Amino acid sequence: MKTMLRLSVNGKPREDAVAENALLIDYLRDALALTGTKQGCDGGECGACTVLVDGQPRLACSTLAHSVAGREVETVESLSQEGNISRLQRSFHENLGAQCGFCTPGMIMAAEALLRVNPKPDRDQIRAALAGNLCRCTGYVKIVDSVEAACGREHAL
Amino acid sequence: MNALPEFHYLRPATAADAVRMHAASPASHYIAGGTDLMPNLRRGLVTIGAAIDLGGVKELGEIVEQGNTLRIGSGVSLAQIAAHPVVQARLPAVAQAALGVAGPTHRAAATLGGNLCLDTRCNYYNQSEAWRAGNNYCMKRDGEGCRVAKKSKRCYAAFSGDVAPALIALGAEVEILGTEGVRRQPLLELYRDDGMKWLTLAPGELLVAVQVSLDDAWVSAYEKVRMRGAIDFPLAGVAVALRREKGVLTGLRIACTGVASQPIAIDGLDAVLGRPLDAAALATISEQADLANRSMKTTLVDALYRRGVSLVLAKRLTQRLWDAAV
Ligand SMILES: Cc1cc2nc3c(=O)[nH]c(=O)nc-3n(C[C@H](O)[C@H](O)[C@H](O)COP(=O)(O)OP(=O)(O)OC[C@H]3O[C@@H](n4cnc5c(N)ncnc54)[C@H](O)[C@@H]3O)c2cc1C
Ligand code: SF4
Ligand code: FES
Ligand code: FES
Repeated sequence: MKTMLRLSVNGKPREDAVAENALLIDYLRDALALTGTKQGCDGGECGACTVLVDGQPRLACSTLAHSVAGREVETVESLSQEGNISRLQRSFHENLGAQCGFCTPGMIMAAEALLRVNPKPDRDQIRAALAGNLCRCTGYVKIVDSVEAACGREHAL
Repeated sequence: MNALPEFHYLRPATAADAVRMHAASPASHYIAGGTDLMPNLRRGLVTIGAAIDLGGVKELGEIVEQGNTLRIGSGVSLAQIAAHPVVQARLPAVAQAALGVAGPTHRAAATLGGNLCLDTRCNYYNQSEAWRAGNNYCMKRDGEGCRVAKKSKRCYAAFSGDVAPALIALGAEVEILGTEGVRRQPLLELYRDDGMKWLTLAPGELLVAVQVSLDDAWVSAYEKVRMRGAIDFPLAGVAVALRREKGVLTGLRIACTGVASQPIAIDGLDAVLGRPLDAAALATISEQADLANRSMKTTLVDALYRRGVSLVLAKRLTQRLWDAAV
């Protein structure tokens, strides 16, 4: 059965009729057409669906949409402003942090959450924050490089 | 679109309301962080009439120091527990165990209650509907018989929560709320050795909080072995709590996870007390840990490896704590 869900998505307050059993990822992708958030596994294993809920990273594939009522959800779409990608996104682009790109929105949102509380993380802190995000293309080095470069650190390489 | 079964979503504001809602719709499940329940629901492992979301129950979300006891609400996240200064300083095994669970995004949502009540795991169970259909299911869900122990009448799925052994080694108690009121019992008694019915909770009973005493005479540590350095469940995990006074071992408690359908406390350790830790004592610890171990081939990794590695962890942690506790 659908019931009303009130929350904020990417800075805008919303009110939608949403099925009680809807997953947050399906609400974002299917109802709001925010297809930047990816589903890479059948639940909880890969981190591709990472979004922010009140600034904290959260797996949208393992979260019921109604459980985030009243909270602020941010997806990768929120990072670009007027068509300009953010510094973190640009850094992934310039440092080859994305290959096929499927893990990238989740990587970027997990990294975004880290940089908001720790603007200059070292490589170990970056690795720890991204430990739940899987990538089958890059081998991770370029991803850590990208996050490091986004906060103005020189590459360790 | 991911089709989940139809269910109602309920959001109680108090623990008492949660218990009442559960009593009113028996096929319901409590959901806390959802990091165990949701993947299981998606794989068709759970029959559900209503999801009772504990996220709005404020009274479950507090850590309070009461004299010499720390009371941790069942709704406190593992990230909060791992970062809590009192837990880090005085209950290091608990902080280490919480930090060892899954990945950082899981830990931000995952709760203590969900970790303690975590479903048991097996390679033949934690699979998609299609995978399980292809292997003709098993008695834990949708089928008959056991794929791990062919003639077995019971399920050996392994309890694989990281935090339970740490709290058991520290002698924690749980507070449980049911329709009849609150009861308290040692955490160890929350469990039984049955992969299909691993909790002793009556239907609808709610885990409210864990109480653990802050006794600085005891030192503690937790360590797990897993396939990857992050994310993975323990193949085996061991917690040790130890008391060393005037060069003599005066207290030792060891608990393991991942090696039976319940977390286990190692018996027979009194034999090593009253003298310094030596090679003979370590041999006794290893023998007792071996006796208690009930690993079965429920993971891709061999059961003998999990057995062996749990003995090594028990000895290594005991030695390390003994050496550091001078
Ligand atoms: C990729 C991945 C890796 C993981 N790795 C680990 C790991 O290394 N170690 C580990 O221990 N776990 C691991 N987990 C499992 C899970 O993330 C954790 O155990 C987590 O702590 C579960 O807590 P939760 O709040 O998300 O539980 P939920 O999913 O919300 O609940 C789990 C179960 O507990 C019940 N429950 C929850 N709260 C209560 C309560 N207060 N009273 C009664 N019943 C309750 C629910 O009904 C449900 O049956 C992993 C999960 C994934 C997806
Ligand atoms: S131990 Fe046997 S019955 Fe239990 S989940 Fe595994 S295969 Fe199924
Ligand atoms: S889609 Fe893989 S963790 Fe959410
Ligand atoms: S870039 Fe392809 S999965 Fe990471």
